[in-house]
Amino acid sequence: MASHAHALTEADKNRFHMTEEHHPENGTLLGFWIYLMSDCLIFAVLFATYAVLGRNYAAGPSGADLFDLPLVAVNTGLLLFSSITYGFAMLSAQAGRKTPTLVWLAVTGLFGLGFLSLELYEFHHLIHEGAGPQRSAFLSSFFTLVGTHGLHVTFGIIWLVTLMVQVGQRGLDEAMKRRLMCLSMFWHFLDVIWIGVFSFVYLLGVL
Amino acid sequence: MTAAGHDTHHAPGAHEGHGHDAGHGSLKDYVIGFVLAVILTAIPFWLVMGRVLPTPQMTAVAVMGLAVIQVLVHMIYFLHMNSRSEGGWTLLALMFTLILVVITLSGSLWVMHNLNTHMMPLDAHDMKQMP
Amino acid sequence: MSPDLVKFIFGRLTWEAIPLHEPILLGTFIVVALGGLATLGLLTRYKLWGYLWREWLTSVDHKKIGVMYIILAIIMLLRGFADALMMRAQQAMAFGDNAGYLPSHHYDQIFTAHGVIMIFFVAMPLVTGLMNLAVPLQIGARDVAFPFLNNFSFWMTVGGAVTVMLSLFVGEFARTGWLAYPPLSNLAYSPDVGVDYYIWALQIAGVGTTLSGINLVVTIIKMRAPGMSLMKMPVFTWTSLCTNVLIVATFPILTATLALLTADRYLYTNFFTNDFGGNPMMYVNLIWIWGHPEVYILILPAFGVFSEVVSTFCGKRLFGYSSMVYATVVITILSYLVWLHHFFTMGSGASVNSFFGITTMIISIPTGAKIFNWLFTMYRGRIRYEVPMLWTVGFMVTFVIGGMTGVLLAVPPADFVLHNSLFLIAHFHNVIIGGVVFGMFAGITYWFPKAFGFKLDPFWGKVSFWCWLVGFWVAFTPLYVLGLMGVTRRVSHFEDPSLQIWFVIAAIGAVIILCGIIAFIVQIVVSVLNREALRDETGDPWGGRTLEWSTSSPPPAYNFAFTPVVHQLDAWWDMKARGYERPTTGYIPIHMPANTGAGVILAGISTVLGFALIWHIWWLAAVSFVALAAAAIAHTFNFKRDYYIPAEEVVRVEDARTEALRSLT
Repeated sequence: MASHAHALTEADKNRFHMTEEHHPENGTLLGFWIYLMSDCLIFAVLFATYAVLGRNYAAGPSGADLFDLPLVAVNTGLLLFSSITYGFAMLSAQAGRKTPTLVWLAVTGLFGLGFLSLELYEFHHLIHEGAGPQRSAFLSSFFTLVGTHGLHVTFGIIWLVTLMVQVGQRGLDEAMKRRLMCLSMFWHFLDVIWIGVFSFVYLLGVL
Repeated sequence: MTAAGHDTHHAPGAHEGHGHDAGHGSLKDYVIGFVLAVILTAIPFWLVMGRVLPTPQMTAVAVMGLAVIQVLVHMIYFLHMNSRSEGGWTLLALMFTLILVVITLSGSLWVMHNLNTHMMPLDAHDMKQMP
Repeated sequence: MSPDLVKFIFGRLTWEAIPLHEPILLGTFIVVALGGLATLGLLTRYKLWGYLWREWLTSVDHKKIGVMYIILAIIMLLRGFADALMMRAQQAMAFGDNAGYLPSHHYDQIFTAHGVIMIFFVAMPLVTGLMNLAVPLQIGARDVAFPFLNNFSFWMTVGGAVTVMLSLFVGEFARTGWLAYPPLSNLAYSPDVGVDYYIWALQIAGVGTTLSGINLVVTIIKMRAPGMSLMKMPVFTWTSLCTNVLIVATFPILTATLALLTADRYLYTNFFTNDFGGNPMMYVNLIWIWGHPEVYILILPAFGVFSEVVSTFCGKRLFGYSSMVYATVVITILSYLVWLHHFFTMGSGASVNSFFGITTMIISIPTGAKIFNWLFTMYRGRIRYEVPMLWTVGFMVTFVIGGMTGVLLAVPPADFVLHNSLFLIAHFHNVIIGGVVFGMFAGITYWFPKAFGFKLDPFWGKVSFWCWLVGFWVAFTPLYVLGLMGVTRRVSHFEDPSLQIWFVIAAIGAVIILCGIIAFIVQIVVSVLNREALRDETGDPWGGRTLEWSTSSPPPAYNFAFTPVVHQLDAWWDMKARGYERPTTGYIPIHMPANTGAGVILAGISTVLGFALIWHIWWLAAVSFVALAAAAIAHTFNFKRDYYIPAEEVVRVEDARTEALRSLT
C-alpha cells in the first residue's frame, strides 16, 4: 500500500533530510470520503432500526396501506436526473467553463428542490392522515430514515448555493474545483443512500 | 453531523494550490451510468407495481439484488471508484465500511430476532405484533 | 410579565433549577465561581488575554491543541474523581439506619456524571491530546492534515464538557447510568432536563471527536515523511491510526443512536418506548455496537505509549514489531464482533450468547501477544526504571489481572451471576485505570519534556505512581470480593452490616488514589518552579528512537526545519547510529497554516444551541442554529488560511538552537 510518494530514489539513500520544500499530498478528498463513510454508518443505524422495528405497526397502518409508489418513482427520477446534471457540472468545471458550470449547478439544485418538495408533500399527507411519526415504531423509523436523507439533501442544496456564489466570485481555481468535487461525492452518495431507501423501505414495504 | 457537512470540505490551508489526481469521469461514463441506473430503477418498480413474479419473496430478493447492482453502478460511474484513487485508500475505506454496515445490519437483526423469539408474548395483542 | 411570555423567553428554565437548597452544590458553586473570578482577574491583571487568544485559543498548532486537550482532561479528572470520592464515602457510611449524606436522586446523578465525565471528558481528551501532540512529530510532518478542523474539534469537546459542568449548577444531570438506557431515559421516566444535558453534551463533543478522528487518519495516511512506509511507522502512530479508524467508524453509531433517543424525547416517536411497537432493547444493542469499540479506542493508544516507552527505556528495538502491528489491526476488526457480551442477560438464546462469548475470548489472544512482546523487549534489555517505565511495569501486572477477570466475564453462564455486580465494576476499572490511565500518565511523563523543554520532577512522579498503584488495588480488590458475594452496582444504601468493612477499605483506597492525583499536580508545580534544573537542551532527554526526538524541545512552530527522510523503523535511532549531522545552513521559507478564531466561535454557538434545546428555549435554539449555519458558511469564504514563515525567522530560531547545542559540549 506504500504509495509512490514514499518511495525513495537512489540519491536519497544517504540523506536524512530534504533540502527543498516538501509538499505532502492534499488530503481533502480522502478526508471527505472518510467523512462520507462515517455518514454511511449513521444511515446503517437507521436502516438497522427500520429493519428491526419496521414491522411493528402497533395496530396502525402498514407500508402497503400508506406508500404511494408512483410518487416515489417520480422522486427517484428527480434525484437521478440531478445526479447526471451534477456530472455535467463537474465536466464543465474540469474544462474550466464557468457559465455552463453555474447553469448545470442551478439545474441540479432545482431537481433537488423538486425532490424535497415532493417528500414534504408526502410527509404532510401522511401526518394529515394520522400516520405521523408518533403513531408506531414502524412510522417512527420510516420518518427518521427518509427524513434524515431529506435533511442531507437540504444541506446539500445550501452548500450548492454557497459554492455557486464562490464560483461566481473566484472562478474555477484549484480550490474551487476541489470543493465542487467534494459536493459531487456528497451528492452522488445521497443518491446511493436513496437506492437503499426506495428498494428496502418503499418497494419491500408494499409487498 | 451538520457541522461536518460544512467543515470537512475546507481546504487545509497549508497545502492550498497543490494539485491532485482524483478520479474524474468522462461524459461517456456519466451517460452509461445514467442509462444503467434508469434501467435498474425501472425494473424493480415494474416488478413490484406489476406483481410480475409469483411470490413476494422472489420479488424481494430480486429488488434487493438489483439495488446492490445499482449501488455498484453508482460507485463506478458517478463516484469514479477504482483501486487506484488516493493510493487505494478510498477503496479500502469503502470495503471496511461495507463490512461494518453488514455487521451492524445482520448482527442487529440476528440479535433482536433471537431475543424476540425467546420472549414470551404478554397477551393476544402482542401476539399479533410478533413478526 | 405574563406567565406565557416568561415561558416563551426561558422555556423550562426557572429559579427552581438553581440548586440554592443543596448545600453541597452551593458550596461547589461558590468555590468554582471564586476560582473562576480569580483566574479571570489574574489574566486581566497581567494582560494575558491577547496572548491567550492569539497563541492558544485560536491556535491551529497541533502541539498546542494537544496540550489544551490534556489540560481539559486534567480539569475534568478533578471533577470526575470528586464524584468517585463522594460515592465511596456514601457507600462506606450508608448502612442500616444511617442513610448516608446523599439523597438517592443526587447519588444517581453522581454515578452517571462520574462515568460520563471519566470516559468522554477525561480518557478521550487525554488520548486525543497525546495523539495530537506526538503523531505529527513522529511522522515528520509540520501539522495535521486539517489544522483548522483540529482547533474546531477541540473546542467542540470543550463545549460538551461545559454543558456537563453546567448541569451541576443549572438543573440536574441524568440519573440513568452512563449509557442512559431506555425506558428509564425516556420521557415517561425521566421527564426532567438531566437526560437532555447528557444527550446534547455527548452530541456536541461527539462532532469534535469524529472530526478529529478523520483528521488524524488523513494525517497519518497522507503526511508521513518521505521513506516512511506503513511498516516503518512508530508503533504509537500505528495504534493511533487504528484508534482513529475506530473513532470514525463508531462515533457515528453513537450519534445516530442518541439522535433516536432524542427523537423519542423531543418528537414523541416510539423507537425505545414500551408501547406502540417500540423496543428499548434495540437501544442497548445499538449503543454497545459503539460502546465496545470505544474501549479499544481508549486502550490502543495506551498500548502504543507502552511500546514506545518499553523500547526506549530498555535501549532495544521493540520485540516483534510486525506482530504488534498485526495484533493491533486484528483487535481493531474483532472489536466489532463482541458487543453483545455487555448484555448476555438480556434474554438472547444460547447460539447468540455463545457466539459473542467465543469472539470475546478470541480477542484476548492478540492482546496477550502484545504483553509477551513487551516482556521480550525487556528481556536482556538495559532497563532504566524512570517514571514512564514504572507506569509501564505497573500496567503489565495490573492489566493482565484485569484481562483475566474479563475473560471470566466473557463466559455467559458466569456472566449471568456477575452481570451488573461490583465484580464488573472492579473489572472495568482494572483495565481502564490499569491500562488507559497508567498509559496516559506514562505518555504525559514521556512526552512532557518534548512539549515544554524540561522534564517532570521524578520524585513526585514516583510518589504519584505508587499511590495510584497501591490505591487502585486497595480500592478495587474489595469490589471484586463484594461482586462475587452478589452485591450489585449503583446502590446508595445497604442493609447487611457485614459488608461495610469492604466498603470502608475501598474508600481508603480511593483516598490513596487521591494522594496520587495530588502528587501529580504537585509534580507539575514543582517541575515548573524547578524548570531550569530540569531543562533539556538536547531535545532527546531519554535516548529516544523516533523522529519527535530529533527536533528541539519544545519544537519550533514548524516542527522540522527540513522534512526528515526515513530509512528504517526507529528513524532517529538510525540517524544517530549513522552519524547524522544537523544542518546549520540552507534554510528556506516554510509554508504554514494560519490561526483562526472560527473554531471558538462555532463551538461557542453550538454550546448555546445545546443549552437552548435542553431548556426548550425555542427562540434561542432557532437563532443560534441560524447563527451556526451563517458562521460556518462565512468561514468557507475565508480563503487566506496560510502564510510563509520567512527564511530569516527560520535562521534565527535554528541558530539559537545551534548555539544551545554547542554550549552543551
